[in-house]
Formats: sequence, structure tokens, C-alpha cells
Amino acid sequence: MVELSTKVAVMITFEELEGIIDVVKNLHGYDVSGYTRSSLKRRVTRIMELNKLDLVELKSKLINQPGFITYFLQEITVNVTEMFRDPEFYKAVKTDVFPYLATYPHIKLWSAGCSTGEEVYSLAILLKEAGLYQRAFIYGTDINTKVLEKAKRGIYSLIKVKEYSENFIKTDPKSSLSEYYTAMYNAATINNSLKQNILFTQHSLVSDQAFNEFQMITCRNVLIYFDTNLQEKVLDLFYDSLCHLGFLCLGSKESLVNYKNAGKFKVVNKKHNIYQKIG
Amino acid sequence: MERKILLLGGSAGGFSVILNIIKALERPIQRPIIVIVHRNPKYASSIEDTLSKALLQKVKTADDKETIEDGTIYFAPAGYHLLIEPDYSFSLDISEPVQYSRPSIDVTFESAAEVYKENCAAILFSGANHDGAQGLLMIKKYGGKTYVQDPLDAEVPIMPQSAIDLNAQDKILSIAEIKDYIIQLT
Ligand SMILES: C[S@@+](CC[C@H](N)C(=O)[O-])C[C@H]1O[C@@H](n2cnc3c(N)ncnc32)[C@H](O)[C@@H]1O
Repeated sequence: MVELSTKVAVMITFEELEGIIDVVKNLHGYDVSGYTRSSLKRRVTRIMELNKLDLVELKSKLINQPGFITYFLQEITVNVTEMFRDPEFYKAVKTDVFPYLATYPHIKLWSAGCSTGEEVYSLAILLKEAGLYQRAFIYGTDINTKVLEKAKRGIYSLIKVKEYSENFIKTDPKSSLSEYYTAMYNAATINNSLKQNILFTQHSLVSDQAFNEFQMITCRNVLIYFDTNLQEKVLDLFYDSLCHLGFLCLGSKESLVNYKNAGKFKVVNKKHNIYQKIG
Repeated sequence: MERKILLLGGSAGGFSVILNIIKALERPIQRPIIVIVHRNPKYASSIEDTLSKALLQKVKTADDKETIEDGTIYFAPAGYHLLIEPDYSFSLDISEPVQYSRPSIDVTFESAAEVYKENCAAILFSGANHDGAQGLLMIKKYGGKTYVQDPLDAEVPIMPQSAIDLNAQDKILSIAEIKDYIIQLT
């Protein structure tokens, strides 16, 4: 372990990290071996800092303290998200994807790795604006049950939501974001009418299978936390979960370039990584 | 062959210095260079393209899971932290800003430290916050070489000075000395 003299900051080594990955897998049955080592190292180090633990103490808690593994798994994921993150992407969804979705009597969407729900509500708002919401259903899934609870509540800090409305304006909306939430004190609560056709539920991209067939899947800023093998596996899962001509939307730094089945997808929007299953 | 790396981190007043140094390179540098500068995602510019055309070597934005190649200059993408994997590839990360910055210099420096150990060299340039100091210290702890731009030379001395306050540097260099140092790497 490398200790920095000035702060109490510690940083575990990659070797020590492998030891922790083994404990988590062999003792608890959770496989995090497909996650990128560099990010895991930061997250585990952060858990140790927050709880003032050294490596021995961390391992002992993982082994002996009931419930610590749940906390550990919640804290190793990065849950940072926004409403209408990358407004240009949402604009592209409206122009490049929605006209196709409009041809279906029922539209099923899946936001995989939805974190605290902001992405799901963003999609819901766009669907409402386009008059598609009544025939749409959005599944928001994540491995982390703690963020899913927050997603279900749909209560966000008013200051943040005010920032999100600036993102929203950049999507050329017909409405104002304030039409979709109720403000009280410092909190903005998403309106129930927007929650009707949404289900937040746990699903692990590492260990769970396809559970439905979708016209559109968004998985943004999740694949960057996976190594290339796991990325490949998850993209296969998305392929299997899309209907013919269904859309796959990735994050602004995620693409299919290294995917072996990239040829089964058409690039709909290169800049915003929107793909359509054609093969 | 052992893989080596040169990391350049800068913020206010540092970006232009780094660009000038890169532009002045007459011969390609063998080892990969990674540049981490704080830039506004809104103006996430095409500086990489411009440089790539002007220089004899490849300049690009680092992509997720891309293998780090010799002879290439990589820029950290705006809005993401840039991490380095033990297999010498990049990973991107969208976790909270560090020192109000994403990309954060600390994050990339810290992540390079163990991967490259004594084959890591890093230079911290002018800037208006404390980003980079902790990372530089981590590189030093792992046996890498650490340099800071002389605060007297820097447009905004806060960043190099905070590294000096931690004694994170092997040497304090003037801009001219930094140029010489980089040229001897070509
Ligand atoms: C950075 S957030 C992305 C949130 C949102 N999609 C966005 O782009 O703003 C990444 C999310 O992926 C989730 N995640 C990580 N590993 C996962 C897995 N194996 N299965 C499902 N979700 C996972 C994390 O819990 C986290 O909420």
C-alpha cells in the first residue's frame, strides 16, 4: 500500500485489488472481475478512506461483517448522472429514432444502468412531448438497489433540476421542465403522470439474462466501467434484447467499433453513437 | 522493452505553454505523451486535429479501452476522467469531479503511477487550483520522475506551488528547461 504523507490518503495496489476481487467472488458469489481495474482501485480506495479502514480491516469486514458486502457493492459503482446529459444526443434521439418508434403500437424501452433515474425521466419527457408516452413503457434497470430506490421516488434537488432545465432547453423542447415536477422547499418531485409507464427494477448486466424485447435500449456511461470481454458480452445481451430494427444508444464515448457483431448494426448517428439492429 | 510514458498536466495558463512545447517538437517523441488539461466541454475543440496536421506524429483524444501506443500524443477527453489500466490501455470514468475538475490531473497521474512506476515522468504546469499535486506525489512514491513548472515562470502559480508544498517534485524547471528535457526524449 502506498501512503501519501500529507493526507491520510492511501491507494491500494493492483495486486491487493485482485485479492479483494477474489474475496468478493469466492465468499459472496459476486463477480466483479470484468470491471476495469483502474476504476475499481479508485472506488475501493475511496471506501477505505470514507470508513478509515486499512486493507486488513477492509478484508476482515468483507469476510466477517454481515451486510458490509452490500454496502461495498453499492459503493464500487459510479452513479453520477444527469437529466438530459448531452442534450445533443437527446435531440438526435428525437429526430433519428422517434419517427421509427412512432410506427409501433407498443413501444418498449430499456435504460440499462439507469442509476438514480434521471435518464429514464428524460426519455419519458421526450416521449410525452412527442405524443408517444401513452403507448410506451420504459424499464429502468441497475445493479445497485440503492440508486433504484431513489429513481423510484423521483425526488431530486431543486438546484440540480434547475441546472437540468438548461440541458433540456438545448433539446429544442416544446415545454418547460417545470411542467414535469412539483417543487417543494429544496426538492423537485417528478409528477406521477410521468411515472405511470415506468418500472425500475434490479438487473445485473454481468449475471442476468435478456428479459424482454425492446424497440430501444439506452446504455450510457456503463460500458466504460467494463473490460473488453464484459463489454462484448453485454453488447451480445443487447443484441438479443432488441427487436429487428431496434435501436441501441450508447454514451458519448462508447461505440461498437470493437464489437465483433458491429456488422449487424447500422450506424444511425455516428457522433452520438446511435445504432440500429439490421442483421 | 519497457513501456514509458510522459504525462503533462495543466490548467489556467498551462494549456498554451503545453501546446507551444508540443508544437515546437521537431522530431517525434518515441514514448507516448498524455496531456490532461482542464477545458470546457462546451468548447471541446479540435485541437487534436489541428496538432496532428501540424506535427509529424499522431495526436488524438484518448478513447475508452484504446491501447497506449508509442509515438502518439493523447489528450484526455473533456468531461471524463482518464484512467490507465495495468494492461496499458485507457479507461474513461465519469465519476465526480476531483478538485472541481473532470478530467482531473490527479486522477490520471495517480492511475499512471503504479502502472508505469519508474518509467513514468510527469510535469505539472501553471493552473489556478490544486489539481495534480497529489497525483505527482503518487508518481514520486512509485519511483517515477516528477517536475513542476517554476511558479515564478507560471502565469498562475497556484498549481505548481501546491505540488511544491507537498514536496512532490524531483525538480523545478523553467519553461526553457522543460523544452530541453522533452527534446532529449525524442
Ligand atoms: C455512470 S452511471 C450512468 C447513468 C446514466 N446511464 C447516465 O449516462 O447518466 C453507471 C451505472 O451503471 C450501473 N452498473 C454498473 N455495473 C452494472 C451492472 N453489472 N449491471 C447493471 N448496472 C450496472 C451503476 O450502478 C451505475 O448506476
